[in-house]
Amino acid sequence: MQMRVGGPLAAIRRFGQMVAVVVGIAVINFFLLHLAPGDAAQVLAGEAGSATPEYIAALRAQFGLDQPLAVQFAKYLANVLTFDLGFSFRQGLPVSQLILDRLGPTLVLMGVSITFAVLVGGTLGFVAARHAGQPLDTAISVLALLFYATPVFWIGVMLIVVFSVWLDWLPVGGMAEIGTGLTGLAHLVDVARHLALPALTLSLYYLAIYTRLTRAAMLEAYGQDYVRTAVAKGVRPRRIAYRHVLRNALLPVVTQLGLQLGAILGGAVLVETVFAWPGLGRLAFEALFQRDLNLLLGILLCSSVVVVLANLAVDLLYAVLDPRTARA
Amino acid sequence: MSADSPVLQVEDLRIAFREGAAERAAVHGIGFSVAAGETLAIVGESGCGKSLTAFALLGLLPGNARARGRVRLEDHDILGLQGEAMRRLRGARIAMIFQEPMTALNPVLTVGAQIVEAIREHDAVSAAEARARAGALLARVRIPDPERRFVEYPHQLSGGMRQRVMIAMALACSPAVLVADEPTTALDVTVQAEILDLIDDLRRETGMAVVLITHDLGLVAEHADRVLVMYAGRAVETGSAASLFATPRHPYTRGLIAARPRIGSGARQRLAEIPGQVPSLGAVPRGCAFAPRCPAAGAPCRETLPLLEAAGAAAERVACLRWKDLHAPEQSPVSLDA
Amino acid sequence: MAGVLTLPATGPRRVGLLARLARRPSACIGLVLLGLVAGAGLAAPVLFPGDPLDMVGAPLQWPGTDPAFPLGTDMLGRDIAAGIAHGARISLMIGAVATLVALVIGVGIGAAAGYYGGHIEAALMRLTELFQTIPPFLFTLAIVAVLQPSIPTIVLAIGLTGWPALARLVRAEVLRLRDGELVQSSIVIGASDARIIGLHILPNVLAPVIVSASILVANAILTESSLAFLGLGDPNVVSWGAMVGAGREVIRTDWFVAAAPGLAIVAAVLALNLLGDGLNDALDLKRELR
Repeated sequence: MQMRVGGPLAAIRRFGQMVAVVVGIAVINFFLLHLAPGDAAQVLAGEAGSATPEYIAALRAQFGLDQPLAVQFAKYLANVLTFDLGFSFRQGLPVSQLILDRLGPTLVLMGVSITFAVLVGGTLGFVAARHAGQPLDTAISVLALLFYATPVFWIGVMLIVVFSVWLDWLPVGGMAEIGTGLTGLAHLVDVARHLALPALTLSLYYLAIYTRLTRAAMLEAYGQDYVRTAVAKGVRPRRIAYRHVLRNALLPVVTQLGLQLGAILGGAVLVETVFAWPGLGRLAFEALFQRDLNLLLGILLCSSVVVVLANLAVDLLYAVLDPRTARA
Repeated sequence: MSADSPVLQVEDLRIAFREGAAERAAVHGIGFSVAAGETLAIVGESGCGKSLTAFALLGLLPGNARARGRVRLEDHDILGLQGEAMRRLRGARIAMIFQEPMTALNPVLTVGAQIVEAIREHDAVSAAEARARAGALLARVRIPDPERRFVEYPHQLSGGMRQRVMIAMALACSPAVLVADEPTTALDVTVQAEILDLIDDLRRETGMAVVLITHDLGLVAEHADRVLVMYAGRAVETGSAASLFATPRHPYTRGLIAARPRIGSGARQRLAEIPGQVPSLGAVPRGCAFAPRCPAAGAPCRETLPLLEAAGAAAERVACLRWKDLHAPEQSPVSLDA
Repeated sequence: MAGVLTLPATGPRRVGLLARLARRPSACIGLVLLGLVAGAGLAAPVLFPGDPLDMVGAPLQWPGTDPAFPLGTDMLGRDIAAGIAHGARISLMIGAVATLVALVIGVGIGAAAGYYGGHIEAALMRLTELFQTIPPFLFTLAIVAVLQPSIPTIVLAIGLTGWPALARLVRAEVLRLRDGELVQSSIVIGASDARIIGLHILPNVLAPVIVSASILVANAILTESSLAFLGLGDPNVVSWGAMVGAGREVIRTDWFVAAAPGLAIVAAVLALNLLGDGLNDALDLKRELR
């Protein structure tokens, strides 16, 4: 496993990376827009003349489409770096505002899902590793493999069939009951009821990943010399499992957590679409459906920044967990 | 306990690896004993079974290995003890230090915490008392500035310092036996001597018995009372360190002595002078396992397995068909340097 | 662990890969499942001639009610069994070709970075990091949306976003090999870079790449079905994901329309993952690729 650099140095590195990512995605977005059939302004405005000529003219001016490619790119980059992502004609609002409005629900959904996936997946992996080769291990591994192979959107649809249609326990979608005007605790309970199925859906795949990962990392750690030392000095098996093996197995799990965040955001698009959860993913789906490409590319940019920021948090967490990186 | 009654007694220890339905023997019945305050060195090239023997003493063999025979620690049979019964002995009555101090300590725990753990897993003492004891142990293994080191992590310590921490941990509960598996192989030559001197001093202070596993006969001369030479899973010669060096009887022992790194020779040599290699487990020849590499081997050596037999006045024993021929005083020793 | 505890490899090691796979029950299940899915795809034109998108019967017939439609029909009267069989063809084809695209990019970038080192490596690895930071599914979505959904654009989009993990893996392997004796001696005798990479490096990287490829195909199938579920599939061909998406409209009454194609996705992805795990063990590799 490669060593991670933690602490302030990592923070600086991450900031540099964030700027590089923004520029990089700007390049990719710019490239994509020019790949699309037709004038970029038409692409940006959406299909079939639904945009007014004034809007198209405004887009042309904003992106400098009448100027050489290099100038166009410089303008685009300048806009992006000042977080001016343009205007969504379809939604009638600036793209940056649309994104900020929808970011909250997505972060709630992702936060709950990741927490659940790490806690439950970590526990299952821990139990499986402690019973490696036994029926319990096999059962957990089969379960993890099944979750790992099941498409997120299908799990969502099937959970709706079971919990909303058959059992009628939980709402089929949305974030809160409309028009009830609930406040305080009642509102929280309502949101939690709406959150349960989407969060479970999004978490199952990652739960499978963390189960497999924790199990593998635990087995790897069990083979390390320091575990043999702990056995040789008479440490109880339970204590070895928690204090020596799990503590060290967490390091690769945390590293993977950072790498998985982008994928979890992708999963959020599907889950939010299935459950009509009003987040960034649902916004992406709407943009897609309405061919609001400027909005879609703005979402792509912002979610990449979210990934970089989350990786920064992971770096800090890593520095806490691994004393070797603390002064690197 | 008198110096004569052994604290550790091993009889006919055999270790084999399961391979499917078959078993492949790695150690073929060796025996030895160590008295309190005494150091026994088990010597041989890597692959001869000496480290396996050490692991078997603490029940640390890998899952596919099985040990048979008898290991008595302070009048208790401990070979094959399972679970809690074995755990209570490990670290408390029999402790071990390992070859690689770099990896033997947990990288995410402070060295103090790791010593405290060794104490509290066996003795019901308060956290404060355990910390005090652990600090005293760090001082006792001559770690400078023990208060500061106590809260440091292994990666902040040098190799020699880490091995001292390992020793402190091993001594935490005043064990009767300390098994040291190549404790200095991974360390600089200057640090080697310091660590072995430290173990010697601690042995004298506490009266613990030491089993020193090494491939380096040079260390044995200075730090061991008695020696057991192993080859391909068998004892080929035992005796006091003094007599073994004065009159080595087995050609393998002679080879080891000849191959010993000499003071001033610089790099640690790994017994390169004995031609050939230790046979792998599946390829041990019939007869004497050393015969293919032995300059003195004759036809009978390749047919008959030599058994340990008394040689000399004291407790010296040797397993070689030809030791008497080789040992005849008028005959010059066979050169193994060729 | 001390050296003594690892036994030297003895006995016959050269057992065929298939034989070693066959000894692992999970790999066997994977092979059988994959055989079933591929068989369904291959036999689709024979078993279910005609366009699976055509209406062939009364809409929303439950499975088992009409022997002609063993898995029932959807709300447009299309045969679900026919859709699943033809979908297998499309899914496996897109999965395989997209993986090929990812392999070409990933192996190329990884091998170049590992072999040349220096600035080339730094630049290529920054690029890889950039692609790893962009949420891959959103990225695929954007590419397909911009280029309009069709089989080629879907394949391209999945391939373009699937390579970073592979590039890192190949780079690490090449780095290990580059300083090895074989490559160093080839450099000494003056072999060309292309020759060294093609002859001495890539063949030795093959084992981990094969394992990665089976996982990549699985991920590509998942991605393709997700795109189709969102309505970004090729509208002219049947797709499992699109079938689930269509079935979603009637889950209150006829949940089987969404359930059946979903199970087909699970079977295909599970098969490829089991196979990947089995190959990993059979080739004796110790790594995780996600």
